Amino acid sequence: MNILLTLQMAADAEPDRVALVCDGRCWSYGALLNAARGAALHIMESGCAHVALLDESSEAAPIALFAAAIAGVPYVPLNYRLADADLSALLARIAPACVIGDAARVSRLNPDRGHAVLSRADFVAAAERSANPASGEEREGEGIAAQIFTSGTTAAPKAALLRHANLLSYILGTVEFASASEDEAALVCVPPYHIAGIAALLSSIYAMRRIVMLPAFEPDAWLKLAAKERASNAFVVPTMLSRIIARMDAGAQADLSALKAIAYGGGRMPLELVERALQLFPGTDFTNAYGLTETSSTIALLGPEDHRAAQQSAEPEIRARLGSVGRPLPTVELEIRDDEGRPLPAGERGEIYVRGEQVSGEYRERKALDADGWFPTRDAGWLDRDGYLFLAGRADDVIVRGGENISPGEIEDVLLSHPAIADAAAVGVPSVEWGEAVGVAIVIRPDHVAPNDEELRTLIRGRLRSSRSPERIAVLASLPYNEMGKLLRREVRALFG
Amino acid sequence: MKAGSKLKSVVCDTEVMVIRASDVVVECGGLPMSEERPAERAAIDPAFAGGAKIGKRYVDASDALELLCVKSGQGALAVAGVALQLKDAKPLPSSD
Repeated sequence: MNILLTLQMAADAEPDRVALVCDGRCWSYGALLNAARGAALHIMESGCAHVALLDESSEAAPIALFAAAIAGVPYVPLNYRLADADLSALLARIAPACVIGDAARVSRLNPDRGHAVLSRADFVAAAERSANPASGEEREGEGIAAQIFTSGTTAAPKAALLRHANLLSYILGTVEFASASEDEAALVCVPPYHIAGIAALLSSIYAMRRIVMLPAFEPDAWLKLAAKERASNAFVVPTMLSRIIARMDAGAQADLSALKAIAYGGGRMPLELVERALQLFPGTDFTNAYGLTETSSTIALLGPEDHRAAQQSAEPEIRARLGSVGRPLPTVELEIRDDEGRPLPAGERGEIYVRGEQVSGEYRERKALDADGWFPTRDAGWLDRDGYLFLAGRADDVIVRGGENISPGEIEDVLLSHPAIADAAAVGVPSVEWGEAVGVAIVIRPDHVAPNDEELRTLIRGRLRSSRSPERIAVLASLPYNEMGKLLRREVRALFG
Repeated sequence: MKAGSKLKSVVCDTEVMVIRASDVVVECGGLPMSEERPAERAAIDPAFAGGAKIGKRYVDASDALELLCVKSGQGALAVAGVALQLKDAKPLPSSD
C-alpha cells in the first residue's frame, strides 16, 4: 500500500481537472503527480533519509508528501513556529534530510548534518523540470509515509510514525473516490505540520475536491478566499472559527453562499461557539471531528444530522450531544477503560482506547499499542448510552485531590455558565493538605465585573461535589493557547507555582 | 493474495487492490488476474465484458473478498465464473 495511490487514481480518472489552487496558480492532478515524480528523482539521487518541509502551506506540501512516498522515505513536516533550539534538535534527528522551505534557517541551525536544503521556489522548479509522466514503481522503504513530531510538553518531542497502510486505510475507509463534483472546493488553512494538514490533502485528492490553500490562517484572508474561490467545504480549529465569527459579528462582509460544510476539531469547542456558528450559517452542514496524530486523523465524528437533532431536541441528553465528538467511525473500535485497563460501561469516565487499521500508535522510539492492538490515547472521556463520545481532557490533566480524580472539564463547564466568565481553565495546584488541589484561571467578559472568590466557590459547590471547589483563583486577560487552539495547561499550572 | 496487494487484468487495463483477502482466484474479463501485466493481452470473454470502474468496490457473495478498482477497464470481475457485486458506498461527512 502507498498513499500515492490517491493521486494516481485522481490523475488517471481526470488528469486535467484542477486539484489545487495556491497563490493564484492552479495545479491539475496530472501536473501534481508529474511534479511529485520529478521531485522523487532528486530525493532518490540525494540519498536523503527524510523529506522535511519547513514552510507554510503551498503546492510544495503535496509535491513533497507524494515525492517522499515514491522515494520510499518518510515525509516530515516541521513546525516553523518552534524556537531555534527546539527546531535544531529536530533537524539533527532527521539527518540527512532533504529540507524544503526556510533554507537560510536550516543552514544556520544545522549546518554540518548533510542536509540537502532547497527553498520552496527552487524545490518546485526542480520538480517541474524533472517532471516525468513515465510511471516508475514506487520504493517501499520502511513503509512509513509521514513522521510527525508531537508537541512534547514535558519531554523531547516524540516522532509519531504513520505508515502508508495507516493513512491509506483512513482515506479508503472514510472517503468515496471522486465523490466531489467539479464545483466543490475545500478551503485548507491548517498548518502543514499538523495531521489535519496531511489528512486534508489526501481526503480532498481522493474525493477529487479542489484544494484551495490558504498559506497561513488569518480571518479576513479566510473570508476573502472562501468567497473568491466559492469554497464548499472548510476545516477549522475552534479558535479559527471563533476569530472568523468575531470578524463577521464586527461587520466583515463575504459571500459564503457556496459553503455547504464546515468541519471543526483539534481542540475543545465551546458550546456557545457551536450554537453561534449554527445560527450564523443556517444552511451549512457542521461536522465535529475527533482524532489524534497517532490515529491518522479522525476516529469519531458528530455529523450534520447529529448537530441538527441536538440543536432541535428538548431532551437534555440529546441536546448535550452538541458538546460531544459524536460516534466512532465504522472502521474503528473504541472503548473507555479504567486505570487497570478494564472496559467501563456507558456513562463512566476513563481513558479512551482505540483500535483499527488507521491507528498507528507507533513512535520512532517505541510502539504504544498493547498486545491486542489497542492504542491508549491518554485522552479521557465517556460514552453516553447511544455511543456518543464526550471528551474530558487529557488523562494527564486529571486533578488528583486526596486520592479523588477530578476532571478539569466538569469545573470549567460550571464556571462558563457564569454570565461574566468568557473562558476558564481548571488545573491541579500543589497542596500541602491534599497533595493536589483545584486552581482555576478565568477570563472576564468585556464590560463585566469579575465575580468574587466566594461567589465562584458557591457556584461550583452548588453544582458539583465540594472537593471541586477551587483553592486558588486567578483572573487573567486571556488563557494561553497554541496556534491549533489547544489550551496550554502547563502554562496555567505554572501561574500557581 | 494479501490485503494491499494489486492484481492486474490480462485482458484489459483493469487493476484492483485487495482490501479484504480471501483464498480465491480473481478473474477479470474471463481470465485469472495476475500480479504482473503480461507482455501481450489475451482476448476478453464477451460474457465478462461489463467493465470495472475506478474507485468502486467489489465483493463476492460471501463478503469475504473485497477489492477496490484502482484502474478502470473493460473486463468484469468474477471468482470461479461468478460476477462480483458492486458494494454500496456508505458516505461519511467530510471531516478534513
